[in-house]
Amino acid sequence: MRTPWYAKAGFWLLIVAIVIFAIFPFYYAIVSSLRSGQALFSSSVWPDSVSIANYVSVFTGQPFGRNILNSVVVAVSVVAISLFLGVTAAYALGRVTFRGRGLLLLTILSVSMFPQVAVLSGMFELVRAFGIYNSLWSLILSNMILTLPFTVWVLTTFMRELPKELEEAAFVDGASPWVVVSRIFLPLMWPAMVTTGLLAFIVAWNEFLFALTFTLSTEQRTVPVAIALLTGATQFELPWGNIMAASVTVTVPVVVLVLIFQRRIVSGLTAGAVKG
Amino acid sequence: MAMSAKSSELTRARVRSAWLFLSPMLVVLALVAGWPLVRTIYFSFTDATLSNLSDYDFIGFANFIEYYEGEWYGVIVDPDWWRAVYNTIWFTVVSVGLELILGMIVALTLNAAFPGRGMLRAAILIPWAIPTIVSAQMWGWMLHDQFGVLNAILMGIGIISQPVAWTASPDTALWAVVMVDVWKTTPFMALLILAALQMLPSDCYEAARVDGINPIKVFFKVTLPLIRPALMVAIIFRALDALRIFDLIYVLTSNSRDTASMSVYARQQLVDFQQVGYGSAASTLLFLIIALLIIVTLMVGRVRLGEDPR
Repeated sequence: MRTPWYAKAGFWLLIVAIVIFAIFPFYYAIVSSLRSGQALFSSSVWPDSVSIANYVSVFTGQPFGRNILNSVVVAVSVVAISLFLGVTAAYALGRVTFRGRGLLLLTILSVSMFPQVAVLSGMFELVRAFGIYNSLWSLILSNMILTLPFTVWVLTTFMRELPKELEEAAFVDGASPWVVVSRIFLPLMWPAMVTTGLLAFIVAWNEFLFALTFTLSTEQRTVPVAIALLTGATQFELPWGNIMAASVTVTVPVVVLVLIFQRRIVSGLTAGAVKG
Repeated sequence: MAMSAKSSELTRARVRSAWLFLSPMLVVLALVAGWPLVRTIYFSFTDATLSNLSDYDFIGFANFIEYYEGEWYGVIVDPDWWRAVYNTIWFTVVSVGLELILGMIVALTLNAAFPGRGMLRAAILIPWAIPTIVSAQMWGWMLHDQFGVLNAILMGIGIISQPVAWTASPDTALWAVVMVDVWKTTPFMALLILAALQMLPSDCYEAARVDGINPIKVFFKVTLPLIRPALMVAIIFRALDALRIFDLIYVLTSNSRDTASMSVYARQQLVDFQQVGYGSAASTLLFLIIALLIIVTLMVGRVRLGEDPR
């Protein structure tokens, strides 16, 4: 049974359509970011101008470099804390049978489904009480609600799949649980931790609602808030060239990261959802 | 005898250490999720304001509904709130529906063997990797009423004769939000469906092919029932995500009443109007709606979550 030519052509047409649909907006953002002045209003789909003026003005017009640094600090801290808490919890949830484990897993899963707004006023009070309003600490704290549940969930799924004999020999030899976790599981969990860490990094890097609410000054903003609130000379004139330049600047590293770790990310995403 | 006593002692020690290992995570989770949630629900029964969070009075259900001098007040009788509820549910149904269909098409394509499959998978990951705010701005520019490339393309082909104010006009603004959301999250849907497709046994497809059964019939009779559980999980995940949508709407349609979602409405009351009590009441209602939906889907869909996923 041979595939007729029109079926083949249709299939390839579908693939081309998917690729254009997926990458055109990003491509067009890059093209626009390289157009300055009047060239920005050309609305041609082809690259017809190469000017870095927008990039220069994004970094000189506001503390955008500082905003990027803020985002990196917040995202890296959130990932480090989530992974530490996640691995220790995943050991308990994945390797030890105890009463209430199923209920606990269900609770953790339901926290990941919380609408962020539902904790907003309580979180605001907490942030004020700790005296960390308008500081990066408030974002590190609040982002934990987004990253911790799924870190625990995904790492638990990975932890379960390791063979049972692993820790038994060590326990019989009298090793303490901490030694078992740090010496036996940690080395084996690296791939899983890279995956979950990347996913957590992306979540923290993209977070907007808390960052918008808990920071006030331009210097304390993270990248998403800075990009959302970029303003032009007048209130009615958005600096689209600058917005596109800022967008491309912060997106290129993430896209490169995702493309490098493609396989890991796909396995992490599906482990978190399908197996759950 | 001695052996089993030793092993049960070992088990008890392991359970004790398990709780020890769990406690830091549980403490943090209680601090950032449990406590703020409880406080938000508590605030919804008070008249707290943002400028002074420590000075408030308990006012019962007045934030939700109150009868005062011949008029009803409260979130439950606020037409803007119901507009936000309608917007959110409409957005959720339309966007998740479209993502399901498009995600299925992409997943079936990726499931076929062809040269360059890895490249295609890489390409569809790009929208997923782009921060939501960035995609909102990118699309905001593409959908610009005067200089947007989409209007230019559509007018070039002759589909529209006048530029459309995609994000500003109430008729198209929610569709614009759906468009961006579909673009951004279809990859996620496609990858989940692809993972389910790749776990299917190949022998029944062989049999169907040998018998010469129409591939479309095979899809509806064999594939769809087999991946139904995975689809349910993907739909629930996406729907819960869509119900709490905030950033895309906030940036793309700049806080307009016509497109406000429940989250946008609640935050506006809470932060912009400084009414923590009233805003918390709206947040609490959103939380209840989502909690109710989770319970209903868990019961109806018979999706088992939690105990031993394997």
